[in-house]
Amino acid sequence: MRASKLTDLSLAEARDGLLQKDFTSEELTQAHISAMEAGRKLNAVILETPEKAIDMAKACDAKLSYGGGGALEGLPIGVKDLFCTKGVRTTACSKILGDFTPPYESTVTQNLWDAGAVHLGKLNNDEFAMGSSNETSCFGPVNNPWRNKAKETNLVPGGSSGGSSASVAAHIGVAATATDTGGSIRQPAAFTGTVGLKPTYGRCSRWGIVAFASSLDQAGPITRTVRDSAIMLGAMAGHDAKDTTSIDTPVPDYEAALGVNLNGKKVGIPKEYRIDGMSDEIEKLWQQGIYWLKDAGAEIVDVSLPHTKYALPAYYIIAPAEASSNLARYDGVRYGTRHEGDNLLEMYEKTRGAGFGAEVRRRIMIGTYVLSAGYYDAYYLKALKVRRLISDDFKQAFEKCDVLLTPATPSSAFTIGENLHDPLAMYMNDVFTVTVNLAGLPGISVPAGLNMQGLPLGLQLIGQPFGEEALLGIAEKIEQAAEFDARPEVWWN
Amino acid sequence: MNEATNDNLISGATGDWEVVLGLEVHAQVLSEAKLFSGAATEYGAEPNTQVSLVDAAMPGMLPVINWKCVEQAVRTGLGLKAQINNYSVFDRKNYFYPDLPQGYQISQFLQPVVGEGEIIIDLDDGSTKIVGIERLHLEQDAGKSVHDQHPDLSFVDLNRSGVALMEIVSRPDMRSSAEAQAYVKKLRAILRYLGTCDGNMEQGSMRADVNVSVRKQGDPLGTRCEIKNVNSIRFIGQAIEHEARRQIAIIEDGGSIAQETRLFDPKNGETRSMRSKEEAHDYRYFPDPDLLPLTFSQDFVDEIAASLPELPDTKKARFISDYGLSAYDAGILVAEAESAAYFEEAATGRDAKTVANMVIGSLFAGLNKAGLNIINSPVTPENLGVLVDLLSDDTISSRIAKDVFEMMFEDGPDQGKSPSVIVEEKSLKQVTDTGAIEAAVDEVLSANPEKVAQAKEKPKMAGWFVGQVMQSTGGKANPQSVNKLVLQKLGIEE
Repeated sequence: MRASKLTDLSLAEARDGLLQKDFTSEELTQAHISAMEAGRKLNAVILETPEKAIDMAKACDAKLSYGGGGALEGLPIGVKDLFCTKGVRTTACSKILGDFTPPYESTVTQNLWDAGAVHLGKLNNDEFAMGSSNETSCFGPVNNPWRNKAKETNLVPGGSSGGSSASVAAHIGVAATATDTGGSIRQPAAFTGTVGLKPTYGRCSRWGIVAFASSLDQAGPITRTVRDSAIMLGAMAGHDAKDTTSIDTPVPDYEAALGVNLNGKKVGIPKEYRIDGMSDEIEKLWQQGIYWLKDAGAEIVDVSLPHTKYALPAYYIIAPAEASSNLARYDGVRYGTRHEGDNLLEMYEKTRGAGFGAEVRRRIMIGTYVLSAGYYDAYYLKALKVRRLISDDFKQAFEKCDVLLTPATPSSAFTIGENLHDPLAMYMNDVFTVTVNLAGLPGISVPAGLNMQGLPLGLQLIGQPFGEEALLGIAEKIEQAAEFDARPEVWWN
Repeated sequence: MNEATNDNLISGATGDWEVVLGLEVHAQVLSEAKLFSGAATEYGAEPNTQVSLVDAAMPGMLPVINWKCVEQAVRTGLGLKAQINNYSVFDRKNYFYPDLPQGYQISQFLQPVVGEGEIIIDLDDGSTKIVGIERLHLEQDAGKSVHDQHPDLSFVDLNRSGVALMEIVSRPDMRSSAEAQAYVKKLRAILRYLGTCDGNMEQGSMRADVNVSVRKQGDPLGTRCEIKNVNSIRFIGQAIEHEARRQIAIIEDGGSIAQETRLFDPKNGETRSMRSKEEAHDYRYFPDPDLLPLTFSQDFVDEIAASLPELPDTKKARFISDYGLSAYDAGILVAEAESAAYFEEAATGRDAKTVANMVIGSLFAGLNKAGLNIINSPVTPENLGVLVDLLSDDTISSRIAKDVFEMMFEDGPDQGKSPSVIVEEKSLKQVTDTGAIEAAVDEVLSANPEKVAQAKEKPKMAGWFVGQVMQSTGGKANPQSVNKLVLQKLGIEE
C-alpha cells in the first residue's frame, strides 16, 4: 500500500489494517510523519516528535507481531499542548511556560500510550485554551485546511483545540486529544468537518492537563468518524484517584454502542437555541438533522431550556474566575519564564505582563474583578445560581427525551483576524456549546454538510450524564445520513 | 461573662481599661502526609526534600484530600466539645507570594469542618473560665522564604508547603494576658492529649494570631489590632501587655485606633505595624473547583468519638475525687498527658497525695534543673512509688527520702536501682529503736548542760536539741520519737 494512502484511513480502518498485518505501525506512522512535515503551513503541530513516534511504532509492531497490544496499538495521534507529556515540552501555547518540560505524564495521555497509541507531536491551541479561533496561541494561528471556495484567504480552525481539529482534518494524525471548557472540542470539530466529543464532566481525568477552568474542563477526542471517537474515548476515559472530580464508574465498550436502532428514541429540540440573527444555512442544517433522525426512527419532541440566554454571560464569569486563580501559579518563581525586576512585585508584573497574551490577561482581569470584595455576590454568586438553573433546565428536558439536537456553532469557520479584536463576537461562537459545560453533560459535534462556500457545518447532540453511548449511537445515524465524505482540497503541501 | 467581676483592668490616666482578646491558633495537624499530597511532613528535613508535584504547584496537578487530616480535625472538634459539620467546603484564598506556589491557599472560609465549641481554662488562682470556640477549619500551610543565604536573592523552602493546619478561632472572651496564656496552654494540652498536634511552638507547629482591643467597661468593643504569628506563650503575654498599653495611650491622647495587622518583636517586646486595613489583601475567596465538598457520615464521627482519650478536665476531676488531690495539684498534674500518666502509674495502690507532692516537688524541680522532660525522667514511676512506700511505712524519714530521690535521679533510669536497695546498701533505714534514740538524746543533753538549763527556761530551745540528735544519728532517727524524748527529758510539757 502506498504511504499516502495510509493517511486516508480512519482510526478504525488503520487499526483493522494493523491487526490484519496489511501494514506495520512503523509504515503507518512514517506516512503520518510525512503528512505532518508536509503540513507545516497549517501550523497545527507546534512540536513534532518523529523519533519518539518511530520508536513507539516499532515497539507496537513487536507487540502486534505476536497478537498483543491495546485498543489503539500502533495508531499515530497528536496531543493538544495542554496535556503534560513526560519529557516532551508542554507550554499550553503560552510564553509564560517557556520550554517547560514536565517530569510527569497526564493521566489521559498515559491511558492512550498504555492502549498503544503513538505520539506524533504536540498540537497548537489557543493560549491556555482561551479562545475560539486558535489565534491567541503564542505559536501563531492555525490555518484551517478548509478554505472558502471563492477566496484564497485562510480561515480559523476553531478553538481552542484548533491544532487538534486541523491536524485531524488534514489527515496528519488519525485522531487527536483535545479539551473542552466551553466548546473547545465541538466548535473546532464543526469548523473542520471532524467529530468532536466532549465527555461528561468527570469521565476523563483532568490530572496533568494544564487547568483553565477546573469545574468546566474536560478532555475528549477529535476524530474523523463517530466510530473513531468511540474507540478513542474508551481509551481516554476512566476513574483516577489523583483527580477527586473524576467519577468512579465503569468505562463501557463505546464501539459496541454503535449501530443501534433509533426506534423509540426521543430527540429533543430546544426552542431557545433558535437565536436572534441565526443564519438560514444553520437553520436549514438543523431542520435537515431533525429530518434525518426522524427518518431513522427517532421521535422528535419540542423541549424548552428557558435559561439558555443567561448561559454565555454566566460562563464568561465562572470560567475567568476560576482561570484567574488557576493561572496564579505562573509567577516566574519555580518554572517557565521569568523576567527579573528590582523587587518581587516588579518581577511578578514583568513576568506575567510579558508571559501572558492579551486574551489571557483580559480573562484574568475579568475573573479577578468578579471575585473581588463587593462584586462577588453580584457576579460570581449570581453566575453560580444561573448555572444551577441551566442544569435544572436540562434535567427537566431529559424527562421528555434521550438526547438533544442543536446546531454546533452559529456559523461556519471565519477568516483569520475577523473576530480577533471583537471579544464579544468571538465569545458568541460558544453560544450553543457552553450550556453543556455548565451542566457537566456530554456533547458531540458531527459533520453534517457543507455550506454555500463549501465549508463544513456541524450538528451537536447533547446527552445525559454518562450518556455517551446513546450519544455516539445517534451521532452515527447523523453521520450515515449526512454521508459526509468531503475533504479539504490540499493546498498546504 | 459578668463584666463587673473583671479584676484584670489596666489603669490609665482616664480610669480603668478592659482588654478584650480573641485568638486564632494555627496548629499543625499530626499526620505523616500533607493535607492534599502524599509528601512527608517531618520537621527539620533538608530544604525542598519533602515536596510533591502538587506542593510545588506544577501545571495540571490536583489536590486530593488526606483523610487522616480530616479525622484529626474531627477528633480535635470533639475534644473542644464542638459542632462537627458533616458538610464543609474548601475555598481558595488568593494572594501572591513566592512561598505560596499555587498563588492561593486552600482553606475553609464560609463552611468550616468544625463549628462552635468551648475550652475551660485554668487560672492561677485555681478558678476556671469558659472561653468560646467559634470554629476550626483545615487549611494548607505555606512554604518558607529564606532571606539570609544570599546578598541579593531570597530562597524558598517548600517543605512546609501544603502541610495541614487547623486554624482554631476563639471568641473574644479573654480579658487579660494571663487568660490568653492559660487559653493557649489549655488548648495545647487538649491537642496533645488528642494526639492531633504536637504543640511544639518553638518548631512552629503551633502559633497564634492575637486580636487585641481595649475599652472602658460596659462600652461596646473597641477597634482591634491583630498581632500575627506569635510563637511562644511568654511572647503572647508580652505582646498583649505592650499592645494594650499602646492602644490605651493613643486613646487617652485623644487619638483613635486604626484597624491593622501588627508584628511582635521579641527583641524589644514591642508590636509594630505590618499593614493597615487599606493595605489588606482582597483574598477573593471562592470554592475550590478541584475539590468536592468535604462530606462524611455520622458513623465516621461516632467512631472517632469512641476512640477519644480522657481529656484534661475529666482527668482533673477524677484525680480530685479518686486520689483526693487538691484542685491545684490535680491541675498541675493533668497539664501534660505524660505527667498525668506518670503520676497515675506511681500513685496506684499507695498514698497518692505523697506521690503527687513528690512528683510536683522533687521530680519537677529536678527535671527542670536538668532540662529534662518527664518522658525521659531518670526516676521511673515505679521507683518513685517504692520510695513513697518506704516513707509511708516509716522505713525512712522524709529527709532521707529526699537524699534517696537525689541518688536515684543521679543514677538515671538505666542503672536505676530500686530505692529499697539504695536504703539497704547505704544503711539509711530510720532508727525506730527507742533505746538507741534515747542514748543519742542523753549524749547530747549531757554534753550541753548550759543549753539544758536555758531550755528549761525557754521551751523553744528544745528544737536545737532535736537538730543535734538528728545530726548525730545521720538523719536516720525518727524525728517524732526524738522530739518526744527531748521534751520528756527536759521536763517540758507537750
